[in-house]
Amino acid sequence: MEIRTKVINSHDKTPSHSDEFIKGLWRENPVFVQVLGMCPTLAVTNSAINALAMGLATFFVIVMSNTLVSLLRHAIPQQVRIASYILIIATFVTLVDYLLQAMSLTLHQALGAFVPLIVVNCVILGRAEAFASKNSAARSFLDGAGMGLGFTLGLLCLGMVRELLGSGSLFGFMLLPDNFEKWTIMLLPGGGFFTLGLWLLVINYFNRRKVQS
Amino acid sequence: MTIPHKKAPNKTLQIRPSPHISGGASVEKIMANVILALMPTVLFAIYLFGLAALVTILIGTFSCLLTEYLFCKANGKPSSISDNSIIITGVLYSLTLPPGLPLWMVCIGGIIAVLLGKLLFGGLGYNLFNPALVGRAFLQAAFPSAMTTWYPAMNADRFTSLPLSTLTFPFTTPSYDTISSATPLAAMKFDQILTDSSDLFLGLSSGSLGETSSLLILTGGIYLIARRMMRWQIPAGIFITVVIISTITHNISPNTYPSAQFMLFSGGLMLGAMFMATDMVASPITAKGCFIYGLLIGVLVMIIRLWGGMPEGVMYAILFANAVSPHIDRWTQPRPYGYRKTKS
Amino acid sequence: MNSTSLAPPSSWTLFRALVSIGVICSLLIVSVFQLTASTIKKNETKLLDQAIAAIFPNADTKIGYKQLENGQLKKLEQEAISEQQVFAIFNQKQQLLGYVIKAQGMGYQDTIQLLFGYSPQNETINGITILSSRETPGLGDRIGKDSKFLANFKQLTVKLTPDKIRLLHKIESAKPSTEKSPWQIDSISGATISSRAVTNIISINAAEWIPLLAKHVETINVGN
Repeated sequence: MEIRTKVINSHDKTPSHSDEFIKGLWRENPVFVQVLGMCPTLAVTNSAINALAMGLATFFVIVMSNTLVSLLRHAIPQQVRIASYILIIATFVTLVDYLLQAMSLTLHQALGAFVPLIVVNCVILGRAEAFASKNSAARSFLDGAGMGLGFTLGLLCLGMVRELLGSGSLFGFMLLPDNFEKWTIMLLPGGGFFTLGLWLLVINYFNRRKVQS
Repeated sequence: MTIPHKKAPNKTLQIRPSPHISGGASVEKIMANVILALMPTVLFAIYLFGLAALVTILIGTFSCLLTEYLFCKANGKPSSISDNSIIITGVLYSLTLPPGLPLWMVCIGGIIAVLLGKLLFGGLGYNLFNPALVGRAFLQAAFPSAMTTWYPAMNADRFTSLPLSTLTFPFTTPSYDTISSATPLAAMKFDQILTDSSDLFLGLSSGSLGETSSLLILTGGIYLIARRMMRWQIPAGIFITVVIISTITHNISPNTYPSAQFMLFSGGLMLGAMFMATDMVASPITAKGCFIYGLLIGVLVMIIRLWGGMPEGVMYAILFANAVSPHIDRWTQPRPYGYRKTKS
Repeated sequence: MNSTSLAPPSSWTLFRALVSIGVICSLLIVSVFQLTASTIKKNETKLLDQAIAAIFPNADTKIGYKQLENGQLKKLEQEAISEQQVFAIFNQKQQLLGYVIKAQGMGYQDTIQLLFGYSPQNETINGITILSSRETPGLGDRIGKDSKFLANFKQLTVKLTPDKIRLLHKIESAKPSTEKSPWQIDSISGATISSRAVTNIISINAAEWIPLLAKHVETINVGN
């Protein structure tokens, strides 16, 4: 598991509450800027529905664990903090697993082993360690929501491209004509790497242009 | 044959086996010779499959050329078309395709081959993998059914009309006018039907454009070896392992495993061993390394063919060995004179 | 901000912290499990019933069985979905329509799980449903969609030998260039490996289950 800690708060100036939320959407987007949580990003984005479900499941876990970690931050001793975070995250992942099964068993089957694997998604542990353990519950909630939403958006970007090319549909609705030749590779893990690479290319291109101008 | 000045710059002192100066060989010259050696195979493909082969090779090569040209232009780099290597990539790539493949797929594969296989790594001399095979691997994964539909060879009207599927409108599903025929390897794997070895050797069977005639590919390869423009250790390593493994398995169970002749002359093994595996950049540098690399490819090919899910495994075997070749180079680095083996 | 104390906390403090977090977490899990358990069970049953209805449209009730080590069949409760291996299917008049057998085996990439129906009256296999597979999208996954391939299993002859110990013919893939027998299956061209895997799974399981079911037909008929 890889944890990249970022210096989020400079002590001289506290960012506004809305800023805590917005930063996860674009400036510090977990998928495209931090490039974290690649395992679910590449594995389950072969359709927009799967990407959305995975994104929302992660969103739930990250928001809840951030809030709980923040509430308990004074009670958790430094020495056992990682163990405690994992315990908390694993709890919410188990909850998501049950809720998803109750909502739609077919969706749960499509996501397969990747729901339990949210536990090791480094975005979540990263936020708990880098943000929630040092900030108030309200701020942590907003940070989690922003990061979770940013993650969902990232997955959707991949999922939509892959579903459109790989199945000719979006969210299960056929968009392209019947005789469109489907790009099978887009549904395979290889297609995930290609699409992610292309998205990073596009985003870096625009970011660099912004810096230059 | 290595191209020392084109290799990735390395700050540490590189020790390479002598001779370091080879009689005035340049990238352009070697590449022109490789094209010459490929010509018999190209002409035979056109003879076997007619117009379908001709347009596929032309469009495949052209799409590679155009991608390289546009990329260089967009990045303000001097164009690298003139060193001929891109033509080889284009021709080799086209030769791996099945005849009758829709031309829009040929184009996409060509773009991927040059862009992902070569240019994004830094151009000639920097590519980790054989670009032609990268393009083919992409197509195989993207359009598996079109890539495994084989147009039969020696059709009566092959010089007057194109197969229906060739001119499919871009991004639509191709439709086929003739019943596809199975390649010898697929027929062996799925239906236990063996094709006659002499037919295979001469190339009168169905398959990709350039994988049919072992005789012509061998001729081209031997020409290059004779002119010392190809490392003979690589094909030798591949052939030796393939012959050994298939002889052993054939003797254990003649009904399940085909003979060594069949294994040698069927599928893409000849083309792969002679022209793909010997890609100068993606293969090891030392002679010993080349031989090990050949052995590795041979073993992988046999494992995939005999026990894998797919009928043919030359492409994946070579791509995998490409990835390993920098490591092979490290293991087989010759010890400089006067140095002792350092104990670790 | 965390107030970092200079002296390390005692083991008891660490222990207390972890145990209390553990307790909070287990309470959360238990309560959500209690809330969702019945819905999850209902979903599982619904999915199974849909699959069975696709094979036996007139199905009304079903009884699940599993095979014991001594070759006997054991009747299972409705709830024990994961343990059930074979279902006896009855219509509204409580007449035995046939059986649905759960089977699995290796496909091209991963295990294929499927259900197939067997009708003792017609001595045929009368339909399959793929429950889960991870075959290549667009190629291998046609085993669940290709109507021509699935039609193979609508009227597949599985006759027993007169002594009802084994099948008269092994279910197998049709060979090209020979005439197809009613117990042979046409593979999907382009998805040979996956379709042969399905054929193989059914062949093995039919050979195992159908003689066994014939042996126990009386006990099953009275609903035991």
